[in-house]
Amino acid sequence: MINYIYPEYEIIRNPDKCISCGVCVRQCANEVHENINKTNKVICDDSKCVNCHRCAVLCPTRAIKIVKSGNTYRENANWNCKTIDEIYKQAQSGGVLLSGMGNPENYPVYFDKILLNASQVTNPSIDPLREPMETRVFLGKRPDDIMRESNGKLINNLPPQLPLSMPIMFSAMSYGSISYNAHESLARAAAQLGILYNTGEGGLHEDFSKYGKNTIVQVASGRFGVHVGYLNAGAAVEIKMGQGAKPGIGGHLPGTKIVGDISRTRMIPEGSDAISPAPHHDIYSIEDLRQLVFSLKEATQYKKPVIVKIAAVHNITAIASGIARSGADIIAIDGFRGGTGAAPTRIRDNVGIPIELALASVDKRLRDEGIRRNVSIVVGGSIRSSADIVKAVALGADCVYIGSSALMAMGCHLCRNCHAGRCNWGIATQVPELVKRLNPDIGSKRLVNLLTAWRHEIKEMMGLMGINSIETLKGNRLMLRGVGLNEKELQILGIKHAGE
Amino acid sequence: MQREGQVRIPAGCAISGIIDKSGNRMSGEAIIDSIAVMRERSNGLGGGFAAYGIYPEYKDYYAFHIFYDSSTSKKECEEYLERHFDIINLSKIPTRKVKGITDSPLIWRYFVIPLPTKLSDSQLDEREYTARCVFRINTKIEGAYVFSSGKDMGVFKAVGFPEDVGRFYRLDEYEGYCFTAHGRYPTNTPGWWGGAHPFALLDYSVVHNGEISSYDANRRAIEMYGYKCTLQTDTEVIAYIIDYLHRKKALTFSEIASIIAAPFWQTIKGMSSEERELHEYLRIMFAEQLITGPFSILVGFNGGLMALNDRLKLRSMVVAEKGERVYIASEEAAIRMVESSLDKIYAPKGGEPVIINIAGGGELD
Repeated sequence: MINYIYPEYEIIRNPDKCISCGVCVRQCANEVHENINKTNKVICDDSKCVNCHRCAVLCPTRAIKIVKSGNTYRENANWNCKTIDEIYKQAQSGGVLLSGMGNPENYPVYFDKILLNASQVTNPSIDPLREPMETRVFLGKRPDDIMRESNGKLINNLPPQLPLSMPIMFSAMSYGSISYNAHESLARAAAQLGILYNTGEGGLHEDFSKYGKNTIVQVASGRFGVHVGYLNAGAAVEIKMGQGAKPGIGGHLPGTKIVGDISRTRMIPEGSDAISPAPHHDIYSIEDLRQLVFSLKEATQYKKPVIVKIAAVHNITAIASGIARSGADIIAIDGFRGGTGAAPTRIRDNVGIPIELALASVDKRLRDEGIRRNVSIVVGGSIRSSADIVKAVALGADCVYIGSSALMAMGCHLCRNCHAGRCNWGIATQVPELVKRLNPDIGSKRLVNLLTAWRHEIKEMMGLMGINSIETLKGNRLMLRGVGLNEKELQILGIKHAGE
Repeated sequence: MQREGQVRIPAGCAISGIIDKSGNRMSGEAIIDSIAVMRERSNGLGGGFAAYGIYPEYKDYYAFHIFYDSSTSKKECEEYLERHFDIINLSKIPTRKVKGITDSPLIWRYFVIPLPTKLSDSQLDEREYTARCVFRINTKIEGAYVFSSGKDMGVFKAVGFPEDVGRFYRLDEYEGYCFTAHGRYPTNTPGWWGGAHPFALLDYSVVHNGEISSYDANRRAIEMYGYKCTLQTDTEVIAYIIDYLHRKKALTFSEIASIIAAPFWQTIKGMSSEERELHEYLRIMFAEQLITGPFSILVGFNGGLMALNDRLKLRSMVVAEKGERVYIASEEAAIRMVESSLDKIYAPKGGEPVIINIAGGGELD
C-alpha cells in the first residue's frame, strides 16, 4: 500500500556547516540519518523523524534544524492536516491511534487566564532575600479536635504526615515506561530537594529502596510488583484509580519493554504485555475503595498516608467527596492535560476536564461539606511553571505533581513518541544504548536546578503578595483575578474578574 | 453605595488598650484621651471601643448592643429576641450630641439570657446558642445588627473620629477594668456604623491595625466551621479565629498566639525538643489559622487582654506598665498622654504575645 502521509517535519541540513562527522547518524535511534556508502555525504529520511531534536542539539556545528514541513493538504476549517493524516494512518493500519504525553489540543488553559495580586501601599510586600519565606508543606489527614494529657499538655494526635520542602512532587511514571536512569535521576533529585517521587505502577527496583523516605509506591489495577515489602518501602502508598491522559482505562506497557530487571520488578514474565485492567477488579464502588484503603493501611501498620489518585472527570466533586470519607489521607487529581507514556489518542484528546476547574470545584465542595481537613489535595496535569503552582495553591491545592516538566528537565523534547520505546534522550526507552545517554548525575542535577529555580520564583510571588508562608496562600482566591473568562467560569473557579 | 460586607475595604488604623491587672475599675476617660492623640492615624470614617467590667449589676446576662436602620427592623428583631431569650432589661444606649457624629441608627441595649426550654431543645451550650442567635439576626433580619453580645462587657462604635465616638457614647460615664479603642483609616467610604471596629462575638472583641495578606485563606477556612464573614474585614475574620480556637477548641491564648503568628520553621528548629514538637503540631494542625501580613491586635475577653503583632512586626505596637495598669498602643505618645511616668515601656517582638489576666479572672489553664 502506498503510504499517503507526507512527513510532518523536515530536516534542513546546512551543507556549508556539516562536517559529516556522523554524530546525527549515531544519535538517531529512529535511523533518520544515513551515511551513503561510507562516503562523506549524509542524507536523511524525514518520514522517520519524530522531531525530538537529539541531532539538532548534539550536532557540533549546528548544521541541522528541524522545521515544520510546508507541505499541506487542501485544509479547511473542518478537515485539518492532523485529522486527515489520522484517517490515512488508520486506513493503512486498521489500528487504534496511540500517542504519548498530554493532550495537545486547543482547549482553554485556565492558568493562563488567571492573574496574581501584589501589595501596594496599604500593606508591604515582603522581600524573600531579606526575610524568611516558608514553602514547607505537610500532606495528610488532620483530626478535628485536640487532645490533652491530664496535666494539660497537648497530645500529638496527627495521623502520619508527609513533609515536603515545597509544594511539588514528581508524579507517577513507572519503571518500564521510563528508564532505570530516569528513575534514579528522579529519586536522587527528590532526596536532595526534600520532596517525593512516585514509582508509578511498575514496582520499585531494589536499587532504589534506599530512597524510601522520598518515595511514593503506587498500587494500580495491574498490581505489578506489589508485595508487602514494596508497600512498606516508601513514605506513602498511592492507589491509582485513574490518570488524566486516559481516564477509565489502565496502563499499557508493550512486551518489548518488559525485559530483564523490569520483568523482575513487575513480577511478570519477560516479553509479556503489561496491560492493566481498566478498573480495579476489586473496586466497583466507593465502599470497595474504602476496603482497599484500609487493607493497605493494615499492611503498613497505619504508618503511611494513603493517596487515591483519580482523573478529573465530570462528576469529580462527588467522587472526591466519597474519597475524602473513605479513609484516604490525600486525593491526587490528574487533569485532562496530564501526560502519559502511551494512550489511545482519541481518549487522550477527548476525555476528562481541565484541572483548574476540577481543583476549584473539589476544594469548594469539601469545604462546603466541612471535610476539607480529612484530606490533602494534590493536583497535576498540567503544571508547567512556578506560576501555575502559585495559582493552583491559591485555588486550594496543597501540592502539585509534575511529570512532563520533570521529564523535560532531564532532556525530553516533547516529541510525544514515548510509546515507540526509542527515546533518543534515554528517558522513555529500555534500549541499553539509549538508556545510558541519560546520566543520573546530570539528570538529577537538572531536576534539582529546575525546582530550585521554581522555589525561588514561588517565594518571589508570595513575597509580593505580602505572604511569607505557603499556608496562607492555600485557598487564598482573593489573590487571583480572571481575564477573559465568562461568569460561569469565574463562578466555578471562585474568583473575580480583573478590575473587580 | 455598597455597604461594608458587599465590598472588601482595606484600612489603616490606630489602636490603644488599658487594663488594670488587679481588676479595679476605671473610667473610660483615659482611653478616649489616649486614642485621641493618634488622630493622624484615623480619618474620621470609623472609631470604637470595647469596655470590660462595665455591667456588674447584669454580669450574668448577655448584653446585646444592636443597631437598627428602622423601627420595622427593631420590631422584627425584638420579636426574635423574645422567642429565644428572656429579656431582663432593655433601653436605648445613652448618647450625647457630638459634632462630627451624624446619621446615627437606632442604638439599643438588651440584657438577655437564653430561654431554658429553647436552649435545652437546641442541644447546644449556652454560648454557642447565643452566638448562633447573633449570626441569625445579623444575616437574616434586614436592618438589624448585633455589634456586641458578651457578658459584663460592651462595644461602642460609630462612623467618626474615635474620641468623638467615645464622647457620643458617654464612655467617660462607664467604669471598667479594661478598655480597648480603635481609630480607623479605611481606604474607601463605608459610611455604615456596623463596619466600624471593634468587632466582637460573645465576650471576645478585636481591635486591629493592619491589612492581612492571608484574609481569604483564613476566611474560607473559618467558614467551614459555621462562621459567616459578612463584613469582609480582617477584624471580623480574626475575631472568628479567636472564638474558634479559644471557645470551640479550648486552646490557651498563648497557644493561639503560636498559631496565628506562628514562629518560623527556622526558629522552631532551634527549640528544645518538647517545644519543637508542640509548635510543629500547632502549625500543622491549625495551618489555616496562620495570619500573615501586617497586624497588631488587641483581643479583649472576660478577665483579660492579649496584644499580638504579626510574625515580622510590620505594625508598630508598644506596651507599658505603671503599677497595676498595663497600657498598649500603636504609638508611645498615646500612652504618655494618659500616664507620663511609666515603670517600664517596651516593644514586644513580632509574634510575641502579651497576655494579661486580671487577678481572679482570666482563662483557666
